[in-house]
Amino acid sequence: MSVPDRDAARRQLAGLARWRPAEIAFWVAVLAAYALFPQRAALIAEVAVIALFALSLDLVLGYAGILTLGHAAFFGWGAYVAGIAASRGWEDPTLGLLLGGGTAGVLGLLGAPLVLRGGDLTRLMVTLGLATVLHELANRFTGLTGGADGLQGMVVGPLLGMFEFDLEGHVGAAYALAVLFLAFLLLRRIALSPFGWSLRAIRANPLRAAALGIPLRRRLVAAYTIGAALAGVAGALLAQVTQFVSLDVLSFQRSADGLLVLLIGGVGWLYGGLVGAVVFKLMQDLLSSLTPQYWQFWIGALLVVLVLLGRERPRAWIARLRRPAEGAAP
Amino acid sequence: MLTVLFDGIAYGMVLFILACGLAVTLGLMNLVNLAHGAFAMAGGYAALVLVNAWGVPFLAALPLVFLATAALGALMERTLYVQVYARSHLDQVLFSVGLIFMAMAVVDYAAGPSQQFIRIPEALRGRIEVAGVGMGIYRLLVIGLCGAVALALHLALARTRFGSQLRAAVDDSRVARGLGINVGLIFTVTFAVGSGLAGLGGALGADILGLDPGFPLRFMIYFLIVVTVGGTASIPGAFLASLLLGIADVAGKYYLPSLGAFIIYGVMLAVLVWRPQGLFGRAGVR
Amino acid sequence: MNRRTLLAGAAGLPLAAAVLPRPALAQGTPFRIGLILSMTGPFASTGKQVEAAVRLYARQNPAFAGRPVEILLRDDGGAADATRRHAQELVVNEKVSALAGFVLTPHALAAAPIAARGRVPMVVMSAATATVTEASPFVVRTSQTTPQVTVPLAGWAAENGIRKAVTVVSDYGPGLDAEKWFGQRLGAAGGAVAEALRVPLANPDFAPFLQRARDAAPEAVFVFVPAGVGSIFMKQFAERGLKEAGIRLIALGDVLDDDILNGMGEPALGVISSHHYSAAHDSEANHRFVAAFREAAGMRPNFMAVGGYDGMALLRMAAEKAGTGAAGQALADAMKGLSWESPRGPVSIDATTRDIVQNVYIRRVERQGGELYNVEFATVPAVKDPAKAQG
Repeated sequence: MSVPDRDAARRQLAGLARWRPAEIAFWVAVLAAYALFPQRAALIAEVAVIALFALSLDLVLGYAGILTLGHAAFFGWGAYVAGIAASRGWEDPTLGLLLGGGTAGVLGLLGAPLVLRGGDLTRLMVTLGLATVLHELANRFTGLTGGADGLQGMVVGPLLGMFEFDLEGHVGAAYALAVLFLAFLLLRRIALSPFGWSLRAIRANPLRAAALGIPLRRRLVAAYTIGAALAGVAGALLAQVTQFVSLDVLSFQRSADGLLVLLIGGVGWLYGGLVGAVVFKLMQDLLSSLTPQYWQFWIGALLVVLVLLGRERPRAWIARLRRPAEGAAP
Repeated sequence: MLTVLFDGIAYGMVLFILACGLAVTLGLMNLVNLAHGAFAMAGGYAALVLVNAWGVPFLAALPLVFLATAALGALMERTLYVQVYARSHLDQVLFSVGLIFMAMAVVDYAAGPSQQFIRIPEALRGRIEVAGVGMGIYRLLVIGLCGAVALALHLALARTRFGSQLRAAVDDSRVARGLGINVGLIFTVTFAVGSGLAGLGGALGADILGLDPGFPLRFMIYFLIVVTVGGTASIPGAFLASLLLGIADVAGKYYLPSLGAFIIYGVMLAVLVWRPQGLFGRAGVR
Repeated sequence: MNRRTLLAGAAGLPLAAAVLPRPALAQGTPFRIGLILSMTGPFASTGKQVEAAVRLYARQNPAFAGRPVEILLRDDGGAADATRRHAQELVVNEKVSALAGFVLTPHALAAAPIAARGRVPMVVMSAATATVTEASPFVVRTSQTTPQVTVPLAGWAAENGIRKAVTVVSDYGPGLDAEKWFGQRLGAAGGAVAEALRVPLANPDFAPFLQRARDAAPEAVFVFVPAGVGSIFMKQFAERGLKEAGIRLIALGDVLDDDILNGMGEPALGVISSHHYSAAHDSEANHRFVAAFREAAGMRPNFMAVGGYDGMALLRMAAEKAGTGAAGQALADAMKGLSWESPRGPVSIDATTRDIVQNVYIRRVERQGGELYNVEFATVPAVKDPAKAQG
C-alpha cells in the first residue's frame, strides 16, 4: 500500500469518526430529558443502566458476533462486587464502579476461551450456563451475598466526595448518565478504531478476515473481555443507584431484556442500545401500568414481530430520515 | 443404590423425549428454536385439559396430546418458523425467546400461574420391588415409553425413505429439490414430529418435573445441554447424553446433596473441554 | 404532568418540595396506597392473591377515616430494583400515604430505605424472613415469619413421639431459616435431625432427596419448599412409599397452600402442617371473608390473601386511630399495639418489633365437601416471632 493510500484510508476513518449534528442533538435531548422530568429521575437512571448494559452486549453480539444468552452473568457480577464492597466499608462509588467493571472483565477474560470454543449452539449453552452457575453461587454464599434475601447494609458514600445520593434520585440519575456517556465515548472510539473494523470483518466473514491476517481469536477474546467489563460497570451502577442487590441481577430475564433492547434499537450500531433502552423502558413502564399482569405477552409479541419484519427496519427508517445528511452512522 | 440408578434413568428418559425434537430441528434443520420448551408446556396443558376436564383416560390421552402438539407445531412452522429458516442464529434466538414470553403469558392468562397436576390413574401410582430394588410404576412406564420412542425415531431416521429424504434435504436443499423431494413438506413434518414429541414429554414429565407457566424457561438450559453434549447429529447421541445427564444429576444429588445444583453444569463443562463438538458430534461447526 | 410542573422541575423546585412539611390532609383527600406486587414472573400467583384481597377490602371499606381509598398497583416483575424504583416514585411523585405489598423478602428490603427516608409507613403483606421488620422503623408486617410458624410444628412433633427427623428444605434464605429453627426446637425437646437435606431451587426431580430421606429411616420428614414444587414433593413422597415405611410427613403451611391444595389430590391427604391461616378456619369472620373473596376473585383465599386483607385492615384502623390528617410517623406509630379479629383469628401488632403476633394452628389435610382443606386441630395461641424474642 502506498503512502497516499494509507493517508486516504486514515482520513476516511477520521471522517467517519467525526461527530454528526444528529449525534450531538441526541445527547442534548438526553440532557434535556434529565432537566425536564425530574420526577422520573429513578426511571432515567434505570434507562441509563439498561442502555449501558445493551451497549456492552452490542459490542459482544453486534460487533464481534458472539451469540450469548447469559450476559447478565457479568452484569450481576459487577453488581455484587460493587454491592459487597459498599457493604464492607468501601463507600466511594467510583472505586466500586472500577472494582465491579474490572473484576467482571477478568471473569470475561477467563470465560472467553470456553465460550469461543464451539459453535453458536455451544456459545448459547455456555453463556447461559455461566449465568445460571453464578446465580446458584450467589444464592449459596449467603454470608457474602445475602442469598435470596438480597444484599443488605450497602452504604454508598457521596459521589466524588461531594454529592449525597438523594431520595428523589437526581444525583443517581446524573451519575448514571455521566457514566453512560463516558462508556459511550469509549465504545465509540473502539468501534471506529481499526480494532472495531476488524471485528466487523470477522463477523461478516471469519475465513476472509483470517486470510487478511486478522488474529481472529485474540480480537474476539478482547471484545468479549471489554464487553464483560462494561456489563460489570452497568451492574455496579445499578447496585449503587438502587443501593441494593438481589439475585435477579443474574436472572435470565436480564439477559433477555438486553437482547430485546438491542433488537428494538438495532444490532451493531452504538445508538441502537441507547435508543432501544429508551423505547424499551418507556414501553415496559406504559404496558406494565396498563396491564400489569400480561405485559410480558406484548414484549414477546414485539420480539417476534420485529424479527419477522427484519430487525434492520427501524434503523433503516432512521437512516432514511437522515439520508440527505449523507454518510453512515458509527 | 440401584434405585438411584433407576431414578436417574427415568429422569434421563424424560429429558430425552423433551429434547430429542430440538436435537432434530437444531441438528438437521439448523434452526435454533429455544421455544421448544413451549411446545412441551403446551403438551402438558393439553394433557391437563384432556384428563382432568374431559375425563379422557391418561394413557389414551398421550397419543392425542402428541397429535395436538404436532398439529400446533405444523401450524407454527407453516406460518412463523418458515420465515426464519434462512435467518441468522441471532434472529432465531430472538424470535424464539419472544415466542417463549408469549406462550408463558398466554398460559398464565388461561390457566393461572400455579402448579398444575394431571390426574394419573391409581394403578400407576404404586411401587414394586424387584430383587430389593424399589421402582415406581409410573417411572417404569416412562422408561418403557421413551425407550420405544427413541428406538422408533432412530429407525425412522436411519432406515426409512423419509429419513434419507430428510438428510438429503438438510445436506443440500437445492439439490434435494432438484431430485423432486418436497423439502418444505419434509421440514414441516419433521418440525411437527419434534413438537409432538416435546408435547408428549411435557405430558409424561409433568408428574416428575411439574407444570406451570415458567416451564419453558426453567428447562431451556437442560435442553441446550442435552443437545450440545449429545452433539447435534444423531438420535443415539441425544439419547446417551440424556441418560448420562439424568443419571449424573440424580446420583450426584443423592451422594453429594450439597453440590446438587452444580453437577449438571460440571458435566457440561467437562464434556465441553474434552470434546467441544459434543460426545457424538461430527466435526464441522454448526 | 402539566406545563407548570415541568417548569418547576427545570428550576429544581421538587427537591425543596419533598423536604417541606406536607399540609394537613383534610377529609376527602384520597388515602393513597402504593401497592407493589409481583404480578408477572414466578411469583405472580402471590401477587394475584394479595391484590384480590386488597381490592376486596377496599370495596368493603371504601373510605379510611373519611378519606376515599385509592390503590395504585405497580408490578415489580419479581425484580428488587424495580420494587425500589416503584416505591421511590410512589413516595416522591404520587405522595402515597403508605406503601404495601412486597411478595418476597428482597423486595421488602429494597424498598425499606425508601420508606424510612420518605417517612412513609410500609405494610409487608407477604415476605416472611424474620429480619424484614428490622430494616426500617416504618415497616410493619401482617403476614408471618418463617420461624414463627416453624417452631410450633417442631414442638408438636416432639410431643407426638417424633424423636428422629429428616429435614428437606429449599436451598435459599427462608428454607435455611426453617431448617435451623426446626432443628433447634426439636433438639431442645430431646429429638434430633438425622439429616438436613437442601434442595436446589431450580430442582425439578426430588427422587434422590427422597431416597436419601428414606434410607435414613426417620420417624418424620419435615419439608419446606415453595408451594408449587411442594406438591410435586408430596406426590413423589407417596409414590416412593415413604408412608408405608412408617415415615410421617410434616410441613410448613406454605407447602399446602390453599391456592393449589385441592389440585394435589390423594398424596396430600393426612399431611400435618403448621400455619397461621387456613381457608377452613372455623370462625364467623373467616366464613364471611372466604365467601366474599370467592365471589370477588373466583378462587379460594390463601395465607397471602389474608396477609393483604389484614394489611388493609391495619391501615384503616391506624388511620382512624391517628385521625384524618395523620401521615408518616403518626400513622406508623398508630399501628403499634393494634389488635383485631382477623379471618385467621385474633392478631395484634407487637408494639416494639412491629411484627405480627398471631395464633399458629396445627392442621391435617382432610376432604370436606368434596374439596381438600387444611383442617385445624390444635392451636398455639399468640405466637411472637421467636427470632426476635430470642434477641
